[in-house]
Amino acid sequence: MIKSLLNKLGFTSAPFPGGITPDMCKWTENSAIEDCPLPPLFIVPIKQHIGQACTPLVQVGDLVLRGQKIAKSEGYLSVPIHAPTSGKVIKIEEHPIPHPSGMGLTSIFIEPDGKDERDTSLAPMQNWQDIDPSELRERVRVCGIAGLGGAAFPTFIKLLKDKRNPIETVILNGIECEPFLTNDYRLMVENSAEILHGLQIIMHMVGAKKAIIAIEDNKSEAVLAMQKVADSAENHAISVVSLPTRYPQGGEKQLIESLTGKQVPAGKLPLHINVLCQNVGTTKAIYDAIVLGHSMTDRIITVSGDAVPKPANMRVRLGTPMRFIYAQRGLENFDGIQILHGGPMMGERMRHPDIPVVKSSTGLLAISDERIKPAHQVEDPCIRCGHCSEVCPVSLVPNLLADHCRNDQLERAADYDLFDCIECGACSYVCPSHIPLVHYFRYGKGQTAQVRREQSFAEVSRLRSEGRDVRLQREKDEKAAKRRKVRDTLRSESVLNPENDAKSTAPSNIEGKE
Amino acid sequence: MEQLLYATLSLGAFALIAGIILAISSKVFRIEGDPLSDKIDALLPQTQCGQCGYPGCRPYANAVAGGDADVNHCVPGGERTMLSIADLMGVEPKALDEEEAVPVVAFVREDECIGCTLCIKACPVDAIIGAPKQYHTVVSDHCTGCVLCVDPCPVDCIDMIQKPELLEHWSWPLPDTERAQLGAERRESHHD
Ligand code: SF4
Ligand code: SF4
Ligand code: SF4
Ligand code: SF4
Repeated sequence: MIKSLLNKLGFTSAPFPGGITPDMCKWTENSAIEDCPLPPLFIVPIKQHIGQACTPLVQVGDLVLRGQKIAKSEGYLSVPIHAPTSGKVIKIEEHPIPHPSGMGLTSIFIEPDGKDERDTSLAPMQNWQDIDPSELRERVRVCGIAGLGGAAFPTFIKLLKDKRNPIETVILNGIECEPFLTNDYRLMVENSAEILHGLQIIMHMVGAKKAIIAIEDNKSEAVLAMQKVADSAENHAISVVSLPTRYPQGGEKQLIESLTGKQVPAGKLPLHINVLCQNVGTTKAIYDAIVLGHSMTDRIITVSGDAVPKPANMRVRLGTPMRFIYAQRGLENFDGIQILHGGPMMGERMRHPDIPVVKSSTGLLAISDERIKPAHQVEDPCIRCGHCSEVCPVSLVPNLLADHCRNDQLERAADYDLFDCIECGACSYVCPSHIPLVHYFRYGKGQTAQVRREQSFAEVSRLRSEGRDVRLQREKDEKAAKRRKVRDTLRSESVLNPENDAKSTAPSNIEGKE
Repeated sequence: MEQLLYATLSLGAFALIAGIILAISSKVFRIEGDPLSDKIDALLPQTQCGQCGYPGCRPYANAVAGGDADVNHCVPGGERTMLSIADLMGVEPKALDEEEAVPVVAFVREDECIGCTLCIKACPVDAIIGAPKQYHTVVSDHCTGCVLCVDPCPVDCIDMIQKPELLEHWSWPLPDTERAQLGAERRESHHD
């Protein structure tokens, strides 16, 4: 089965449509992961994943240990936050987070005590084979694991053993198709055994029979390393596949299409076609959580770009300010430099470096203005060359879509499947007219969301207002009924004893008031 | 002559049949209410503020549907609402009466509230809770920002505050390229 799959892959080298092959700039591929020292102050935002924000559990002055839960998750789509090192909480207030808006979020400021003591309350589960998947899943949640590929989706949600949609294949995503980034690559080279162990845990948890480790062919060392551990494992259902390098192959739906030839339908999840996709970094974190009992307190980040004197891959504690990380790599003056959080294609420009890194921080780039400028030239009219549609991995028509977004024709944009766009930026990259296509799509999506929000609020308000009208009418009716009753009884009384006539004038007065 | 008779008769028969079908379908496919005003009402923001000169969104929708009011009187709805109503009615868009203001919600300074319940009576969407002689509070998730509760308050303890901008509700602005801005300016020009 896997052999045939491999054969198939050999013949069909480009199963997902479109894609580009930009200059990869993987300058840091040979620099081994270095530990980033502890900064003088950690800034830990209470939300580092997609979903609801957490509620702080600590107060100013509290002493915390590394890995101690400092904010608890709220709702289902949420994972807790842990202290990155041992130290003291010195304040809890709003601070900018890595977000394109530059807006802030409640953050817990921790001053390290230098001892870096770990909270050991979570027992290692070395015998995970004998433990019920639901218990392992709870551990993954408690340890705050969110997808480290950049999306930061709470991982435990995907690790569900669901009878209706049983997972047959686990895909380990080691593609890392963004230029510059090498954090997943270094992790595969240096921690291949742990990653494989993590993969086996995932397979146990979802009951999958086989797994594919997908790596692009520009990372031959990682292919070798993973192949070696996969061969030594008893479980021969794990295969390593090397795919031709193409952006955005690392996109979940694109990778699944590349490997299986099957498309995840719009609005559906990979599990609906019996596939689970996990990033290699996340898989290592799952290993740490289960086998070592460590909650998520650090991640690997590629620090690179032409403005960084000493590019490197670093193991950074979550909550370390970007300025401190850049300083470790010899960059201190940010004049004429653009900072990107994430890769150059999908990353977001940060306004200043005084922002902490979080679970979604795959890379920190610093690019000089001269280098980034050609990408931001004047927008010319579309010449209908069609390059954008050719490279779009989801087969959209970006030039028309951009027109609709620019003109606020939101419904029409939605008809052209605006929401299928994965914002990969391939179209903007190839456009000879320098049209910021993805930017238009982000604008269009935001506006559509806004309109939908307003519509649903209006609907609620309408119901509330109608409800109020009904209530007022009912109150009026009730009052009238009461009054009628009082009047009737009084009238019958006054008929019986006419000498009480004087009293009966009182109720009619009340009536006159209304 | 005979042909003429046949032609008249057969046409007459057709007309009769068509008439019967129309009569039946007008009964069978009857639509309750005024569908046009329903559609307009669905486009209005339901702030129920009365700034359009009508005592709420529904009356304004009825007036527009009946041709008694122009399409440009809803202030909170702003340009987008005006354009969609104009589109629905098939009329030319018109400049707005007033600039759209920033979204606000009411806030009761609780220590000053005397619990008179007058604001509750004024609120068109029942967004204020409280009992006589108790503090009153605005459920800001339900408040439409209509300002109707401010005047009735005898001790002036209700403020309209700017709705806090939520991170989750932030959305990307248009790119700042000239072409993108041109389009935006063109749309703005409806205001003048
Ligand atoms: S950004 Fe969207 S439209 Fe452009 S190529 Fe990627 S998926 Fe297609
Ligand atoms: S690549 Fe640019 S110029 Fe070519 S069709 Fe697409 S939007 Fe138009
Ligand atoms: S101005 Fe707009 S929101 Fe206010 S009552 Fe009139 S239609 Fe409703
Ligand atoms: S609380 Fe005040 S401003 Fe808000 S909806 Fe009610 S009356 Fe209007």
